[in-house]
Amino acid sequence: MSLLIKNGRVVDPSTGTDETLDILIKDGRIAAVDKKLSPRGAEVFDATGLVVAPGFIDMHVHLREPGYERKETIASGLAAALAGGFTGVCCMPNTDPVNDNASVTRYVLDRAKASSPVAVYPIAAITKDSKGEELSPYAELKEAGVRALSDDGKPVVKSSVMRRAMEYAGSLGLLVIDHAEDPDLVGEGVMHEGKISVRLGLRGIPAEAESLPIARDIALAKLTGQRVHIAHVSTKQGVDAIRAAKKKRLPVTGEAAPHHFSLTDEAVLGFDSNTKMNPPLRDKEDVEAVIEGLADGTLDVIATDHAPHAYEEKMVEFDRAPNGIIGLQTAVPLTLDRLVRPNRISLKRMVDAFSCAPARILGLEAKGTVRPGADADLTIFSLRKETCLQAADIKSLSKNSPFLGAKLKGAVVATVIAGQVYPAS
Amino acid sequence: MTWPHKHLLGIEELSAGEITTILDTADKMAEISSRPMKKVPVLRAKLVVNLFFENSTRTRSSFEIAEKRLSADALNFSASTSSVNKGESLVDTILNIERMQPDCYVMRHASPGAGQLIKDFTKASIVNAGDGAHEHPTQALLDAMTIRQRKGSFKGLQVLIAGDIAHSRVVRSNIHLLNKMGAKVTVCGPATLLPPQVESLGVKATTDFEGAVAGKDVVMMLRIQLERQKRGMFPSLMEYYQRYGLTEERLKLADKDVIVMHPGPMNRGVEIASEVADGPYSVILDQVENGVSVRMAVLYLLLGGGEDVASH
Repeated sequence: MSLLIKNGRVVDPSTGTDETLDILIKDGRIAAVDKKLSPRGAEVFDATGLVVAPGFIDMHVHLREPGYERKETIASGLAAALAGGFTGVCCMPNTDPVNDNASVTRYVLDRAKASSPVAVYPIAAITKDSKGEELSPYAELKEAGVRALSDDGKPVVKSSVMRRAMEYAGSLGLLVIDHAEDPDLVGEGVMHEGKISVRLGLRGIPAEAESLPIARDIALAKLTGQRVHIAHVSTKQGVDAIRAAKKKRLPVTGEAAPHHFSLTDEAVLGFDSNTKMNPPLRDKEDVEAVIEGLADGTLDVIATDHAPHAYEEKMVEFDRAPNGIIGLQTAVPLTLDRLVRPNRISLKRMVDAFSCAPARILGLEAKGTVRPGADADLTIFSLRKETCLQAADIKSLSKNSPFLGAKLKGAVVATVIAGQVYPAS
Repeated sequence: MTWPHKHLLGIEELSAGEITTILDTADKMAEISSRPMKKVPVLRAKLVVNLFFENSTRTRSSFEIAEKRLSADALNFSASTSSVNKGESLVDTILNIERMQPDCYVMRHASPGAGQLIKDFTKASIVNAGDGAHEHPTQALLDAMTIRQRKGSFKGLQVLIAGDIAHSRVVRSNIHLLNKMGAKVTVCGPATLLPPQVESLGVKATTDFEGAVAGKDVVMMLRIQLERQKRGMFPSLMEYYQRYGLTEERLKLADKDVIVMHPGPMNRGVEIASEVADGPYSVILDQVENGVSVRMAVLYLLLGGGEDVASH
């Protein structure tokens, strides 16, 4: 069984490629990348006018199963991922029970395999039950298929615990991802602290609630010599700290969520609970810094922080609503519309941030590249086609997005996984 | 005239002209309240639901009296006796009451933006009677009525609002109103109770109380919620009184015709000395009286419209 992706603009930063090429896929792997391939008997996908990139991997997704199947299931979340152009996702461990042991990891992997071709890389908890005290059984988790750890949603408050986690996990080759937040400084805050929070009378969350723990994590990376990845960086202070750490060649990586480069805290003015997330939407200066961080690679990765919540959970008073929005089906169009089209980041950087960088950080050697021999996972998208998602188009069980009805230039056309084409619509 | 707004969710959405219309209407309402027969039939058969999700005796009574003087039917709904205690959401509560065909909700709620949340689920008008630390528009309007009675106009008036600026809905509504009407507003309080970037609202902010009182035409003191001290916002109530209490001595720094205001309930001996609260410059009880007139005016404009209320 072979497939020829014909005449697409192949953008692959891992090989420095950006030109119109054909890609031949055989038995789920890339067989050849060249001009004018004409193999016999191959099925043909005409990618004329489209960009063909190594498969996108979302490092930050909440699939909610087990425990919160009213919000999302593994099947519905992965359907959204596939429609959104993702060939793989990392799912966060804040389920019920928390993914802090191999049996939960295996459950997630089994359910994923049974329901979708999208690869799932479960992220396990740094600490048991994400309570911030005792380390989870990392060796057992690694054995079950875990590559990274995070107590996402809950910061690891104790620096001694974070230090031990980085030391122990690092020695096993596991990546520690920190949800950088100082909960004491956040207090009862529900939005970014600034002009808008003052106007609305909503309690503010200062930028320092993010930058202080980022500074700590960077110091611990130096102390332990181990890697740390900072999730959803939302502040200029955070971006600046990571940039400085990288200059010192410390093993720190960072990610940005599309809502943090697409919206400012002004979006909260109507009290729409779909503008409430953690970290919160920040001000213009922070948004600019996140974009610059993505442009220069300080923030390696774009990850959605896809956080489904049921209608009735979000349809409450702003300060009582849970944090988070869905993002799997809007990430690529938002990035194309808000960053690539106005030339804020290059197309090459975008593909790196969605594909090569996550593969590199997670150690997925056969992913994030279209060189021959690699897994035939591709994301095919259009720079010109418009995306305008309605609630009915959303594959997630939850529809909590501030971007429904937004006209975005750029669209996912198809997702290819192991040589199988899945059209986006 | 026809009133252009369906709801009164905040002062921020009103123009100076609209504020003046409300105040002029309130003056007519004050006349009605001074009659031996203090009632007009302008809102007869209109159902007003007073939805108080937070305790409030003063504001709720004031609205209820306003409703009665305009002959509206009032239904009181308080959170402690309602399905809210059984876990019903705000939206569901509204959807249920909606089927009783109310014409207006008067809502007090602890969450900023509660009115914005329910407005898509009702055909009735909504009057915000205080939403968290966001707005309390009828308080600012009754304050404005009181200021106008004493000062004639707002242009160039030097107004100080002092106390817990961070957690006050009264201050936000007052800042919007006074700015729109051309007054100059200074806010003052301990640094911990002054939110960062408060000056972006168009006010001067200072922690120096005596400097702030100097030369002011209006000094409005805010209630200090006693639990703020327990939360470490300032060291002690005594220190608060010593640094931010409005005493007779400090009041001498203000303009000689200063008026002293307080939205109540007061903590005597914390933010205000009894001698000042009960003294010749105090208009605090006028504020209470004007509250009824302003609320009558707001309900009348939102629900009645048409004919001139003074003709009754």
